[in-house]
Amino acid sequence: MIDTVVSVEMLVEEVMRIKKNRLAPDEYTGKEKRLCIASGSHGDELSGQYICYQVIRRIKEEFHNLTGIVDIYPSMNPLGLDAQTRDFPLLDIDMNTVFPGDDEGAILEHAASRITKDMAGADICLDIHSSNSLIREIPQVRLNDDVIETVMPFAKMLNTELVWIHPSTSVRPGSLAYALNAIGVKTMVIEAGVALRIDYDYCEQIVEGIFSLMKHMGIWQGEVKSVRQPMIATDGDVWFVNAESSGLFVPNIKHSMKVKKGEKIGTIVDVITGSVEERVYAPCDGLVFTFREYPAVEEGALIARIYGGDLT
Amino acid sequence: MNKEIIFNMNTAFRGEYTILGYRFGHGEKAACIIGAMRGNEFQQLYMCSQLIAKLEQLESKGAIVANKEILIIPSLNYNSMNVGKKFWVSDSTDINRSFPGNPEGPATSRIAAAVLERVKDYSYGIQFASFYMGGEFIPHIRLTEEGVQNTSLANLFGMPYVLTASERAFDTTTLAYNWQKMGTSAFSLYTGATERIDEERARQGVSAILRFLTRMGIIRYNCHGGYISTIIEEDDLLSIRADMPGFFRPKVSTNTEVVRGQLLAEVVDSFRGDVISRMVAPTDGIIFYQQIQPMVFQNSVAFKMIKRIHE
Repeated sequence: MIDTVVSVEMLVEEVMRIKKNRLAPDEYTGKEKRLCIASGSHGDELSGQYICYQVIRRIKEEFHNLTGIVDIYPSMNPLGLDAQTRDFPLLDIDMNTVFPGDDEGAILEHAASRITKDMAGADICLDIHSSNSLIREIPQVRLNDDVIETVMPFAKMLNTELVWIHPSTSVRPGSLAYALNAIGVKTMVIEAGVALRIDYDYCEQIVEGIFSLMKHMGIWQGEVKSVRQPMIATDGDVWFVNAESSGLFVPNIKHSMKVKKGEKIGTIVDVITGSVEERVYAPCDGLVFTFREYPAVEEGALIARIYGGDLT
Repeated sequence: MNKEIIFNMNTAFRGEYTILGYRFGHGEKAACIIGAMRGNEFQQLYMCSQLIAKLEQLESKGAIVANKEILIIPSLNYNSMNVGKKFWVSDSTDINRSFPGNPEGPATSRIAAAVLERVKDYSYGIQFASFYMGGEFIPHIRLTEEGVQNTSLANLFGMPYVLTASERAFDTTTLAYNWQKMGTSAFSLYTGATERIDEERARQGVSAILRFLTRMGIIRYNCHGGYISTIIEEDDLLSIRADMPGFFRPKVSTNTEVVRGQLLAEVVDSFRGDVISRMVAPTDGIIFYQQIQPMVFQNSVAFKMIKRIHE
């Protein structure tokens, strides 16, 4: 059943509607466990759209296996998705910084408030992101350290390579994840791929993880594949590699590769002098879970993040 | 006046990018003023340029008090201004959401760290700020929750109002918050305009800075005493929202005293041209903020009023 969660009249004629698809057994009491899947708060992230499609499609195919409620909000920032802008158009504000919002507020704060209220009472929420257009991410779950105890058991079900305990912007105050965790909805952020593109393999991997989580919650009776055991990374395990020169980054490795300390991962070249400005080396043995996608870099630009913890 | 490099980096295609500071006087780090942090803050940059010109005159007359130093950093982000972008050119991050910064992080984080390191020891820090809502304000000094004990100091600017604000989720990443945390008495000065130059209000802002510097014994300057500021809390401002979207036809402007029931604005249907909504003052007071876009969204804040106050 498709419901409109938010409806706000726009400047000229149009109405902005944020919709959800509620998938529930034909006869349900409302006391069943409930999973929310949210996506598209950043208008340049498309992987979540595809994941939502695949989850809905599979549930509809095996509807008899559904024994709980799955609420899916594929496009929380429909104007941004339409305009291909990360932020909410017109206001230039990142939607994932205004939660829990304000019901009496203007368009964006009002939308954030209605979404938060609609998700309140759910058992678990997944907020699906796909990085930005500059860097590619391996499928991972991001958690703030204040929710490890309550959320970690579920994070491990999601079939990602990594769970990173890190106060990134997607889990900080103002984010959907932070606002929902504060009201008791166990919320995890999934990051995978790169903005403006869809990595279908990563999406399929996460879809398997979502069904595994549903099985674990007791709301899916169908068969699920066994999930991989994620590496658990804290900030002490993660090495950041930032550019110290500006120019074009030419990679020597590929994303998701394991590297050895001292291995060259790329060069930064100057296009006017034809010279190599910097050779970039791995600072540790480890897994490159974040890697530069957009080739132009400036001093300080993130080239890679390497998980240097236990890879066994 | 001495020009100094606060931060320097190479960009991928546009050569060097240098953040400059202008220093007046020598000795004790007395006051630092920071201007535009976003590429659309034209008024903020203009005010800095006018302040630098004025302080240069004063310095040539020996009006900077001995052993006092003033630093002005006109812009942290003029490269965005040069290409018509609000935020950092290469990754659209906001420098005023990057504090306290990281010298080994991305460019905006490096800028934030370098600037904070350079300005942290000044006794007084003033930022020419812009607001996230587009619109006009009555000029005022804003204090964060961290700096709320400085209301009596804020009074010395002689601005009409001092606004104290409760903490918002993003405040911990702003310059004002981190400056205050590091021991500087930090103030944000709002003159009401951002993307256009309001000459009169720019003059008012520059005068407020000069008045403050005079009263704190940093410069010798004879100026008008300004206002005895009225202190208001941001949470006490009354928001008046549009209940319908459409063209916004204001009937009052900021700094206007209104009475309960007075018509503040009409909303006009975008196609048919008829008035579809009227906003009226729910109480007596003074208009503190007014949105200035040609159209309004449903539920958006069109006015903020200071309740039950008279001119």
